[in-house]
Amino acid sequence: MVHYNASLEDTEFYKLQRRVVLRNCGVIDPESIDEYIAVDGYAALGKALTSMTPAQVVDEIKASGLRGRGGGGFPTGMKWSFTAAQNNPVKYVVCNADEGDPGAFMDRSVLEGDPHCIIEGMALCGYATGAHEGYVYVRAEYPIAVKRLGKAIEDARAYGLLGKDIFGSGFDFDLYLRLGAGAFVCGEETALMTSIEGNRGEPRPRPPYPAVSGLFKKPTTENNVETFANVAQIILNGADWFASVGTERSKGTKVFALGGKINNTGLVEVPMGTTLRQIVEVVGGGIPNGKHFKAAQTGGPSGGCIPASMIDIEIDYDNLVAQGAMMGSGGMIIMDEDTCMVDIAKFFLQFTVDESCGKCTACRIGTKRLYELLEKITDGKGTLEDLDTMETLCRYIKDNSLCGLGQTAPNPVLSTYSRFPEEYKAHVVDKKCPAGVCKSLLTYVIDPEKCKGCTACARVCPVGAISGTVKEPHVIDAAKCIKCGSCMERCKFGAISKK
Amino acid sequence: MKSLEELAAIKARMQDKVIMREGSGQIRVVVGMATCGIAAGARPVLDRFVEDVEKEGLADRVAVKQTGCIGICQYEPVVEVHEGGKDKVTYVKMTAEKVDEIVEKHIKGGQPVLEYTITHVGD
Repeated sequence: MVHYNASLEDTEFYKLQRRVVLRNCGVIDPESIDEYIAVDGYAALGKALTSMTPAQVVDEIKASGLRGRGGGGFPTGMKWSFTAAQNNPVKYVVCNADEGDPGAFMDRSVLEGDPHCIIEGMALCGYATGAHEGYVYVRAEYPIAVKRLGKAIEDARAYGLLGKDIFGSGFDFDLYLRLGAGAFVCGEETALMTSIEGNRGEPRPRPPYPAVSGLFKKPTTENNVETFANVAQIILNGADWFASVGTERSKGTKVFALGGKINNTGLVEVPMGTTLRQIVEVVGGGIPNGKHFKAAQTGGPSGGCIPASMIDIEIDYDNLVAQGAMMGSGGMIIMDEDTCMVDIAKFFLQFTVDESCGKCTACRIGTKRLYELLEKITDGKGTLEDLDTMETLCRYIKDNSLCGLGQTAPNPVLSTYSRFPEEYKAHVVDKKCPAGVCKSLLTYVIDPEKCKGCTACARVCPVGAISGTVKEPHVIDAAKCIKCGSCMERCKFGAISKK
Repeated sequence: MKSLEELAAIKARMQDKVIMREGSGQIRVVVGMATCGIAAGARPVLDRFVEDVEKEGLADRVAVKQTGCIGICQYEPVVEVHEGGKDKVTYVKMTAEKVDEIVEKHIKGGQPVLEYTITHVGD
């Protein structure tokens, strides 16, 4: 073997990773079914259909300890067993590929890089639960994923890996694509099914759960892309193989879209139980520009923050929930000391306000009122009483919303408030933003000792807020200043600072 | 597909095309063509590889393929060269110009252009 030490596998970024879900991404041509078959593709389906009963498939998935990768972490095998237990000739399998969290692109990569593994996982689920039809609900904003998955379905049909009597077993299964029109709420399972049915994507109350009455009121198993991507590997290599990786109650690996203030942004797949420190410092290569790690946000608009003090936490479903965060679908945003936690909470809340479908009052009006409170706080007009109101409103929204979107919408606020109460108080009591982000709470000042009177700042100021004569210290008129920061960028002497 | 044998036959036919055997002399070049790669400019890179391989008459031993995302967003476009009996080489931040050099020195000459690889290119 000739060694070059020049491949991805030779990097620190890769060393702690273990690729189960992403094993074919970056290896095979996603548009070639033959290449997928070359790396044991459809072997699991062949094995199950020719040598296992549906109940054995369910048991294998149960024994593996696989839990839903969409965020909730419900045991997949148990979910399948609920649908399998239903006595109904028509059942469905649905794949949730409506990945909408800001900054998350795990599912897109799997669909674009290895579409056949989703087809195989869904067919296995169909066999296990007694379903003969499946739908993949994928967002229309993923045109390449849609195209490759569409081609993969056609190729699988042409090979008879979808259709009638697959592997001569008598089992029929076919798949259809449905495109989401961009509503975040359609990632919620009941809203997603309502949308597939051709209606406006709004959630419906549970129970009845989809396993009893789901798509077209038939028993339905709905799983996320990453969950299905694990299935074939479990059937092929066995539950023990899968369960050998991970923690006591969270087995296997998890894909994260690592982003934010981190040196290596990208898609990483690590065993469950990898510590946050390992992800940030080793896989992520640390924080750029010598800054310090402040918190990691997981779970997107439904999730929460893990503060720097918890950096040694082992990442799994239960540990994250215990810390007021959640696994989520896998977005992980790293934040440094320049990130304002109130501002971050406001950012995610703005997203849920925009994306609330409006069906229930708690979410439609509650998130809007909560957003207004946060705006008041970041504008420097908040009071201590507002903080109490904010907390009460959060609980109200959580308790009264119809679906997961509303029930989890306050999480970013609650988790930042419980982890960084002093930062909220600084905004409200001292009228300061410690991270220097909230514009209303900042004042730009010129240090007369350092100012050389070069006039560069006065010339760049778009609103004429800076005055002074040449070679004399300049002054910023706080009443006119729009806090754009242009002067600070321009100053060569470091005379301008924000406080 | 009516039997496991059919599946096994396709696997047997395809395996050597995906996993390079030592001594086969075959080279597989994969270009990351997920959304991230395409956005960063992977298409001209893929096109140039196809052109160069054609032009240099290497088509019988060099296969140029597209693939999905390998996860290193900030290094896109990414190209990996697989050759039996040799370590895989990961080229990052690729351009069409770099392709010409890699085809000349690495694919034809057998010497990877190390300064373009992931372990040598900084951010």
